[in-house]
Amino acid sequence: MTDLTYYLVSGVLIIGVLAGIAFQSKVKTAVRGNQLAALSVAVAIVVTLMRYELLDNLLLWVTMALTLVLGLILASQVKMIQMPQIVAMLNGFGGAASAIVGALVIATAADIFVSVTAVLAIAVGLATLSGSLIAAGKLHHLLPQRGITLPAHQLLTGLWLLLVVAGVVVVGFAAGMILFLASVVAAVAATLFGLFLAIRVGGADMPITIALLNSLSGVAGAIAGMAIADPFLVAVGGVVGSAGLILTQVMCRAMNRSLVDILLGKTSVGNKKPANMIRVENIRADSVAQILASKPSESISEQAKSTDTDVVKNTEIVSTYEGAAALLQTAKKIMIVPGYGMALSQAQAEVKQLSDRLTDQGSGVKFAIHPVAGRMPGHMNVLLAEVDVDYEDLLEMDEANQEFATTDVVLIVGANDVVNPAANTATDTPIYGMPILKANEATNIIICNFDREPGYAGVPNSLYSQGNVMMLLGDAKETLNELLKLLV
Amino acid sequence: MSPWLLILIFVVSTLVGYKLIGNVPSLLHTPLMSGMNALSGITIIGALAITGAAVALGSKVLGVIAIVLAMLNVAGGFGVTHRMLRMFDRGRSETND
Repeated sequence: MTDLTYYLVSGVLIIGVLAGIAFQSKVKTAVRGNQLAALSVAVAIVVTLMRYELLDNLLLWVTMALTLVLGLILASQVKMIQMPQIVAMLNGFGGAASAIVGALVIATAADIFVSVTAVLAIAVGLATLSGSLIAAGKLHHLLPQRGITLPAHQLLTGLWLLLVVAGVVVVGFAAGMILFLASVVAAVAATLFGLFLAIRVGGADMPITIALLNSLSGVAGAIAGMAIADPFLVAVGGVVGSAGLILTQVMCRAMNRSLVDILLGKTSVGNKKPANMIRVENIRADSVAQILASKPSESISEQAKSTDTDVVKNTEIVSTYEGAAALLQTAKKIMIVPGYGMALSQAQAEVKQLSDRLTDQGSGVKFAIHPVAGRMPGHMNVLLAEVDVDYEDLLEMDEANQEFATTDVVLIVGANDVVNPAANTATDTPIYGMPILKANEATNIIICNFDREPGYAGVPNSLYSQGNVMMLLGDAKETLNELLKLLV
Repeated sequence: MSPWLLILIFVVSTLVGYKLIGNVPSLLHTPLMSGMNALSGITIIGALAITGAAVALGSKVLGVIAIVLAMLNVAGGFGVTHRMLRMFDRGRSETND
C-alpha cells in the first residue's frame, strides 16, 4: 500500500469517526454513531496490518482476538454502578499503550521530531495511566474518597513536571545513553506527576478528574501518532483530547471553579477546619458502604429509626413517612432530585418505582439533573436510564430551575451540595457561586438523605432548616421502600 | 509525512472535534466520555505497526502488552458505551409504544 493510498483511506476513516460522534448527539442515532466509530477503528486495524504487510502475522491476530473477547466479556459483565471506575481503568490502559508505543519508537528514532514526540508519548501516556489507576482506585473504594495531600505536595508536583520538561528537552539534543537516561527520568517523573495529581482530588471533584484524564489519553495517542507519522492516529487522538477538554470545561463551569483550583486541591474542602470536614465525608461514605455490605435490613432500619428521632429533636417539623407519603399523594407536580447518595445506596430502581406509582395516581413527575451530581459527567442520567426512566423526563439544570417555583413537592434523593442555597449567599465557602438546583423554591421539600451532615463541600445545607422541609434520614433505598409501602 | 503536516492535522482535528462534541447534550455525557475513551485505544494501530516490525524479543513482548492494553481499551470501551446507549434508547421506545 502506498503512503498516498493510506492517507486517503485515513481521510475516509476520520470522517467515519467524526460522523459517528455527530450521531452521538441524539439518543435515537447514538447507538449507530458508536457502532460507526467502532467500525472505523476495526477497518483502521485491518488497513494498518495491510500497510505494514502484517496480515499473515499470527501473533498479532491471536493477541487481538483473545483480548477482543476479554474486553467484550468485561463490557458485558460490568455493573452500571461500576461504570466510573471501569471508564477510568480502561482510560489508563489506553495511556499505557501509547506510552509503550513511544518507548519502542524512541529506541530507533531517526530525528529530533520523532525522539521528542516519542518521549512525550511516554510521559503523557504514563501520567494518564497512573492518574487513571488512582482515580479508579478511589472510585472503587480501594483508596480513601477524600483528597490526600502528601508532604510538600505542591512543590513535588511542580518538581515532577519540571523533570518531565527537562527530560524531554534533553532527549531532543542527546543520543545514546544520555537519551536513554533522560527518557527514564521523564517517564518516572510523569508517572509520579499523574499520581500526585489524582490523589489530591476528592470524591465530588472526580467528574472533572475523569474528564481531564480522558483528554490526556487522547493527547497521548495523538503524540504517539506523530512519533510514527500516522495521520489517522493523530486526528483521532486530537478529537478525543478536545472531547475530554469540553467535558472538563462543562464540569468546571457547573461548579463555578477553575480547573487549576481543583487540581491544586483548593477544592471542596473549605479553608476553615478542613480536617474535620474531611472526616465527615469519610465517615459518611464508609458507613454507608458498611451498612450496605453487612445485613442490610436490620442495621438500616435501626439507623433510620434513631435518625428519625433526631429529626424530631432538631427541627420543629415532625417528619414521618406517613406525612411525606400524604404530601406526595396530594401533589400534582413533583420533581425528583437525585444525587450521589442514590448511586451509593443503589436506590435508582426504587426511585423509578416511586415515580411510576406517582404517575399512576395522576401526578406529573420529572427529574432534575445537576451536571456534577455523581462521580462522572452524566452519571445520574445513566443510572436512571438503567431502570428505564424516559430520558425526556430528565431535565437539565436550566430547564429544571424554571419549574421549581411551580412544583408542589421536590423529592431529594441523596443530593446535598447541588441543592444547597448557601451556594448563593455564603461568600467564604467553596461552593459560593456554584449554580444550584433551586429546590428551595418549591412549595414542599422532602429530603431522603443519609444524615444531616454537610455534603462533600463541607458547607452546612441551609435548605435543611427551611420551614417547608421534611427530612427522612437513612439509607435512600430503605427510605423509598417505606414510602412505597404507604403509597399503595 | 512532514512534522508540520502532522501538527496541522492535530490542530484541525481538535477544532473539528471541539465543534462536534459541543453538540452532545449533557444527558449523553457518560456514554460520550466512554466512547471517546474507547477511541483513545486507537493507539493500537501504532502498537501493531511497531510490534510487527520488532525483531528483539523484549520489543515484541512490550509490543504485545501494548496491543493487549489498547485492545482492552477499544473493546471494553465500545462495549460499555453500546450498553449504555441502548439503555437510553430502550427507555424511550418502551414509553412510546
